[in-house]
Amino acid sequence: MLQSLNMRATVLAFAFLAVILGIWEMANQAPKAKEALTEYEILMGGADQEARVPPPSKVIGLAVEELSDPFYDKGPNDKGIGIQLGYSVYRVLSGYFMAAVIAIPIGFLIGMSPLMQKAMNPFIQVLRPISPLAWMPLALFIIKDSEASSIFVIFICSIWPMLINTAFGVANVRKDWLNVARTHELSPLRTAFTVILPAAAPTILTGMRISIGIAWLVIVAAEMLVGGTGIGYYVWNEWNNLDLTSVIFSILMIGIVGMLLDMALSGATRLVTYKE
Amino acid sequence: MTAVHYFVEAENLSKRFKTKDGELTVFENANFGIHKGEFVCIIGHSGCGKSTIMNILAGLDGASDGALFMDMKEVGGPALERGVVFQNYSLLPWLSALKNVTFGVRARWPQWSREQVREHAYKYLQMVGLGDGAEERKPFELSGGMRQRVSIARAFAIEPKLLLLDEPFGALDALTRGNIQDELLKIWSETHQTVFMITHDVDEAILLADRILLMTNGPYARIAESVKVDIPRPRDRTTIIHDPGYYPIRNHLVDFLVMRSKELAGGPGAEREVKAETGKPDGYVRVFPAEVNPARDIEALPSEQAAQAANQ
Repeated sequence: MLQSLNMRATVLAFAFLAVILGIWEMANQAPKAKEALTEYEILMGGADQEARVPPPSKVIGLAVEELSDPFYDKGPNDKGIGIQLGYSVYRVLSGYFMAAVIAIPIGFLIGMSPLMQKAMNPFIQVLRPISPLAWMPLALFIIKDSEASSIFVIFICSIWPMLINTAFGVANVRKDWLNVARTHELSPLRTAFTVILPAAAPTILTGMRISIGIAWLVIVAAEMLVGGTGIGYYVWNEWNNLDLTSVIFSILMIGIVGMLLDMALSGATRLVTYKE
Repeated sequence: MTAVHYFVEAENLSKRFKTKDGELTVFENANFGIHKGEFVCIIGHSGCGKSTIMNILAGLDGASDGALFMDMKEVGGPALERGVVFQNYSLLPWLSALKNVTFGVRARWPQWSREQVREHAYKYLQMVGLGDGAEERKPFELSGGMRQRVSIARAFAIEPKLLLLDEPFGALDALTRGNIQDELLKIWSETHQTVFMITHDVDEAILLADRILLMTNGPYARIAESVKVDIPRPRDRTTIIHDPGYYPIRNHLVDFLVMRSKELAGGPGAEREVKAETGKPDGYVRVFPAEVNPARDIEALPSEQAAQAANQ
């Protein structure tokens, strides 16, 4: 049984998990009270003078509780984790798909035309390094809607990897394949769809995968700024409530949803990848 | 030279590239013709511009000077009436073998139904010995020989007026090459395509061609000779070497490649036989390659080879 590499890796991973959780649990035990607790100490939950990071046992308890009813809605300050994550995923996907609709055709144009490449390059080089959150005040002023502004921030941060990868993939389609299209008298449009798109698809999808990762990083920060709903708001709100157990739980949920988004894109990449 | 109307005709074709140190003339004043239904091979050392001539014929590249005509029309760009088999197969790796062939068929006959396209493509795949499941495989699942078969099927399936083969068997091992040469001969004898093929292999050229064009070394390469392969068809790889014409032709070709391709190599001031043609402007000169027929012309060979040839 222990022969298979996967099996051994799984066992080792669980061992690491046990060690980490063990140390975390041990290091955060409140000291035993030496004498009877005062009324004040009972109210504060123990004799401890400093606040401690909640141990994993508490986080797991909260996780079970939250995940068993993820979609409850008890007003603006108390919504289920599923609703908060749903808002964030909705914003990420809307901004992301808008970016794809614009970035992929423009990337095609840049990749196919050296003129466009040279003309657009300065804009890309200046706009790309701007932190997406730096756009937020301007977006809020122009759009006048916090929800739409956070979608715009996602849009602006996901556009660059897709644009650059599409342009790169299209510009590097093998000359031989283009010659095949030329000797078969394909129209430019048919060449784009039947030769260039499938040839560049793995590179384009790689750009899309980078973009979704960045978008998920940015949405948390954006929602902390604009507030209201979303997982970023949730983290910040629980911090203000001094509920660190919920903060740790939501951090883990951010990681899990990010991983699922990445897995979806990596699956899509595998679909269009070809071997030579 | 009497006025012969060739199906494909090159008129003073030249190609020059701009380099750092000025201009590099790859070849110049290439004149040759191909008859309809003829199988012509071109042989020369690397760097003499064979592939460039091929690209100009395909319309993928333009000549610096001169013109190329096919069917009385000037070749201006790539077209479906000229099918190309590239040296590296150039199959689209995301399509199955069959889809690679239907890709060409659909481009050639856009009005055909899906079923018709498939049937036509499959017929040609079977002609090159692929089928029974192999047609659903992607190129990476096929051996080099099978990939080249697919590439040949794709080119034949569009039924071009001129088929261009750029060293199609260069990357294959000897056994596979022999098999595919047989397939090619078989298809060619069925379809009687006009074929222009680049090769490095003297035996391959004799087996396949009606005529072999010999190019001198580059730069300033030129087409020096047009060698007729006077061996009756159908030819067979195992018996062709017993034909009395085989060794004289082979010796002539090898002698050219080893010795004379260098001696005859041109230069910027190379002497040219000046022959004025009537009805053309002053100074218009066209030099055709010398026509030789070593199989029937034994006395025209250098003496040593003539003796060798006579012994066969």
